[in-house]
Amino acid sequence: MEQNSSIDTTLYPILEQVSDPEIPVLSILDMGVVRKAIIENNTAFIEITPTYSGCPAMDVIADDITAALKHAGFKSKVKLILAPAWTTDWITARGRKALEDYGIAAPLDAEADKAVLLGNKQLVKCTNCGSNNTHLVSQFGSTACKALFKCNDCQEPFDYFKCLK
Amino acid sequence: MNTNLYNYILGLADNSLILGQRLGELCGHGPTLETDIALTNIALDLLGQTRSYYQYASSLKGEEYTEDDIAFLRTEREYVNCLLVEQPNTDFAYTIARQFLFDSYHLLVLTELQKSTDLTISAIAKKSIKEVNYHYRFSSDWLKRLGDGTEISKEKMQEAINSLWTYTNELFLPTEAELAISESGVGVNPEVLKAKYYDMVQNVLEESCLETPESKWFQKGGKQGIHSEHMGYLLSDMQYMQRAYPNMKW
Ligand SMILES: [Zn+2]
Repeated sequence: MEQNSSIDTTLYPILEQVSDPEIPVLSILDMGVVRKAIIENNTAFIEITPTYSGCPAMDVIADDITAALKHAGFKSKVKLILAPAWTTDWITARGRKALEDYGIAAPLDAEADKAVLLGNKQLVKCTNCGSNNTHLVSQFGSTACKALFKCNDCQEPFDYFKCLK
Repeated sequence: MNTNLYNYILGLADNSLILGQRLGELCGHGPTLETDIALTNIALDLLGQTRSYYQYASSLKGEEYTEDDIAFLRTEREYVNCLLVEQPNTDFAYTIARQFLFDSYHLLVLTELQKSTDLTISAIAKKSIKEVNYHYRFSSDWLKRLGDGTEISKEKMQEAINSLWTYTNELFLPTEAELAISESGVGVNPEVLKAKYYDMVQNVLEESCLETPESKWFQKGGKQGIHSEHMGYLLSDMQYMQRAYPNMKW
């Protein structure tokens, strides 16, 4: 899902400027939190969905969207929706690359994720040296959406973006 | 207003709020940095879920009664959380036992609520269950690690389970709201989850080399607003800012 059809092409470049304050390299579009963005009577109607229920970034994201649209000359209404629930599958390919470059390992598919978090398999690649020889330090990392890993080769700790399905 | 629906939502929300508050107390006090962060992450998930429920409850009651009013300005008897979640963070074994006993129940409830005929409740359940899966994984993991750990960790874990066991049966005593709301397909009558719950819990206890308590004497009251002596202290902490500075906002 690189280009979401329910996102107006005029709004696309504006929304692309808004990022998740906790992961500034990732635009909210690449994060997959924008579910709808349409224009009616010069007002932009945006629907966003939280990654996690308690995600403290949502209020900031809503404010940033309003500000970016205002700057571009649009009135806007931002609405928070819960269904369908966000999944890491909605992170775009470009988003996954941005995460990796930023030092956060991108989510594996659900089965692999489970094996990794139960400590059964070494599948998460170190974002520093690329080695698969890594281990889980904690299922919960610096934010709700991440787990904490450490590389057994280069010894660097790093975040892994947990699969949410 | 549909009073049964309103009270039913409060029941779900209050469990999450009060457990979230308990876990939040551990912020900066967890036994290790990683568990500290994990417990407060779980608290944050629970708080987020609570907000979704209270926002819904507030919309039923009329907008002038906000989610903050519901969370902060009720008296002790108006909270309808179960006794289990208000029990203190006695030590890490208690924290894990309380979490495991609640997570197991929470998972079963949310599994059913995903099928709710009420679209808001099913949306919240579908969102929350993904998070609670991680909570359950965390608590059952630690239960096994401590139960199947050293002599001392096993003893402490067993003591915590024995002590908190007395609060488990209340989860399955239906309130008036739970009975009414389950008939309409909006909610779940907890009685139907009971056998499954005790099976599920017993299996993990066995895997953890721990005994399933045999006590048949159980506490009840929280779901009717009759709380244990710990609740008042928790609320005075939680409500302090709103009571001292009415209507204050961050
Ligand atoms: Zn490495």
